[in-house]
Amino acid sequence: MDALNALVALSNFVIVPAIAYGAQLALGALGVTLIYGILRFSNFAHGDTMAFGTAITILGTWGLQAAGISLGPLPTALLALPLGIAVTAGLVLLIDRGIYRFYRRQKAKPVILVIVSMGVMFVMNGLVRFIIGVDDIGFTDGERFLISAREFRDMTGLREGLAIRTTQVITVVTAALCVAALFWFLNRTRTGKSMRAFSDNEDLALLSGISPERVVAVAWVIAAALATTAGVLYGLDKSFKAFTYFQLLLPIFAAAIVGGLGSPLGAIAGGFLIAFAEVLVTYPLKKVLTYLAPEGWGPDGLVQLLSTDYKFAVSFGILIVVLLFRPTGLFKGQSV
Amino acid sequence: MSARVHPALLFGIVAILFAITGFAQSWNVSLTILNMALISAIMALGVNLQWGYAGLFNIGIMGFVALGGLAAVLMAMPPVEEARAAGGARLLLGLVCGAATIVAAILIWQKMTPGRKRALVLVAVLILGFALFRYVLDPAKAAVEAVNPASEGYLGGLGLPIILSWPVGGLLAAGAAWLIGKTALGLRSDYLAIATLGIAEIIIAVLKNEDWLARGVKNVIGMPRPVPYEVDLQASSAFVERAAMFGADPATASSITVKLAYAGLFTLVLLILIWLAQKALNSPWGRMMRAIRDNEVAAEAMGKDVTGRHLQIFILGSAICGIAGAMMTTLDGQLTPGSYQPLRFTFLIWVMVIVGGSGNNFGAVLGGFLIWWLWVMVEPIGHFLVGGFASLLPTGSWLAGHLTEAAAHMRLLTMGIILLLVLRFSPRGLIPER
Repeated sequence: MDALNALVALSNFVIVPAIAYGAQLALGALGVTLIYGILRFSNFAHGDTMAFGTAITILGTWGLQAAGISLGPLPTALLALPLGIAVTAGLVLLIDRGIYRFYRRQKAKPVILVIVSMGVMFVMNGLVRFIIGVDDIGFTDGERFLISAREFRDMTGLREGLAIRTTQVITVVTAALCVAALFWFLNRTRTGKSMRAFSDNEDLALLSGISPERVVAVAWVIAAALATTAGVLYGLDKSFKAFTYFQLLLPIFAAAIVGGLGSPLGAIAGGFLIAFAEVLVTYPLKKVLTYLAPEGWGPDGLVQLLSTDYKFAVSFGILIVVLLFRPTGLFKGQSV
Repeated sequence: MSARVHPALLFGIVAILFAITGFAQSWNVSLTILNMALISAIMALGVNLQWGYAGLFNIGIMGFVALGGLAAVLMAMPPVEEARAAGGARLLLGLVCGAATIVAAILIWQKMTPGRKRALVLVAVLILGFALFRYVLDPAKAAVEAVNPASEGYLGGLGLPIILSWPVGGLLAAGAAWLIGKTALGLRSDYLAIATLGIAEIIIAVLKNEDWLARGVKNVIGMPRPVPYEVDLQASSAFVERAAMFGADPATASSITVKLAYAGLFTLVLLILIWLAQKALNSPWGRMMRAIRDNEVAAEAMGKDVTGRHLQIFILGSAICGIAGAMMTTLDGQLTPGSYQPLRFTFLIWVMVIVGGSGNNFGAVLGGFLIWWLWVMVEPIGHFLVGGFASLLPTGSWLAGHLTEAAAHMRLLTMGIILLLVLRFSPRGLIPER
């Protein structure tokens, strides 16, 4: 019984939140890794692309709510998501045309493109603040819980409750759908195959008649869609704040690099690895251990390995270890 | 841009901008901006050393600046004897335990033969070391933080003059840079970028959470100053007389005097650093650095120790940022870990270097002055412009209200656009490398 209680407590506070967070990170890291694979630079504006997409989606949600349209138990934001994706994709394509293409034609060094993306980051950050401000915005509506802690306790008769929020389920389901669609696209369609070929060997791909501009444009659209989806899911799960999205850049990059930059499978694995490590190390394990330990042997302290504010340190520590011992990442990315 | 503007002219234009601020707003405002601009110029000099000379992509400047600020607290604040007695020794022991664990882990990694045995020993040492570290540290931490938490709750500093913290801030940042460089410098440029970004966040997290060190988010305030206090000046009759001679009231005169004193100190530091940086740039060492930057493989083939040189310049550049950080905390008179944000302390400095001209020390300094002035002035200018536009709209209209509110966020947008324009049309900056 105690073991079961421990498992439920662990699920409630660690496993379920980490799965949801991991799915969000994985979607973000997929966008980063895709841009890296095709355009060969680390896009520092990715966090702010997420913020921009989410901001547009929030505006759409407010519009729908004002018009009295809702999805019943599901959050209205899901209906507004396509709008957010479309606007973000448009903006990102515009930025690519106006800014990145020039450097691509020049065959500029990747580090120059990274600095350019820093400029784009500033602009997008400013845009988001311009559009929606800097405040914390919660935009979840519909049913809050799929199972609340009390329902679970009544159902099972255990001492510990397991709450599963609707947003967590939506996150996981949406992320799974996105990933499935992406892999189907990359592996089965002609455009997807040409993208993989381009990422693998640019010269060879050009020789076989693959249009680079088309591949790049498709990559940006997919990255924008992934970024917006990740941003909206994160915002539904927690809340939207421009600055938090900027800070997400670090775990997202850690996930992409740990998995191996340029490897989609690696990005997903990296996302979940980082998420589990962050949540596990910063969660006080006292409750779980008290159930597991024999009577009276439970720990006195909280058994919190690190305080929550050190979560960056966790993703970063994993990043360094992986970089030092396996510089190409867990899934053999293309980085040297 | 084929026709180049003479650098002296550019510096003249920036001086005019500061003068305009002085006349249009007040000299107090202009000097406030100038003091921070001097500090920003020093940071830009440090970044220029890393990026312009050696092509190292460091976006962890915020962390080194914050370490400089920490040095200011550790050097200048009076010691809290009670807290030291309560847990100082044990705290130190805890830190030694932590450091010893890491050293032991590194030694095991290097000395033992690779295999499962090494991995097991390594993991065991790390887990035991961490447990020991927390076991020794935690009670001491609690004891220290319990001492008069509303105003102290930390170990305090050495009580030395705050100017001494400037070089110490540089040393502290240099030490951190050595550690980071040792682990991360072998990596490619993107990875170094992410690594430094992460370390900066960790340094800020440590400053925010470790209350025993520098009071965390409770902030250390009221730090000693290297210049006289305004109230003392106003109380001195000689000063009031002299102010009257210039026809100024004592309050304004005292605050301007204090700011001028700071500006004098900062200018001195800036001049020394520029002189040193120019000497280094034009020495054989500087030529070697540029050779390495332009072609690492060729330089390595010529027998140059690329990683070693990179480490050297990474440490030097970070140390300069540390000095600037200590100076900034001195100017503010307080350490507020919550106010360190990467956009302001890392990416803005990068804008300064790129706009001013990477590879040219004077360019970086010019960028520091110009961009800092813009950063501060964009908001009032934006308000002014929006105000003009909004007055054309019907009063109380939704758009006018939204625009006025949004003018406050113009800064980042402007900085981004400036950076992109410079990168596109004048990638070598205002004063390019010679």
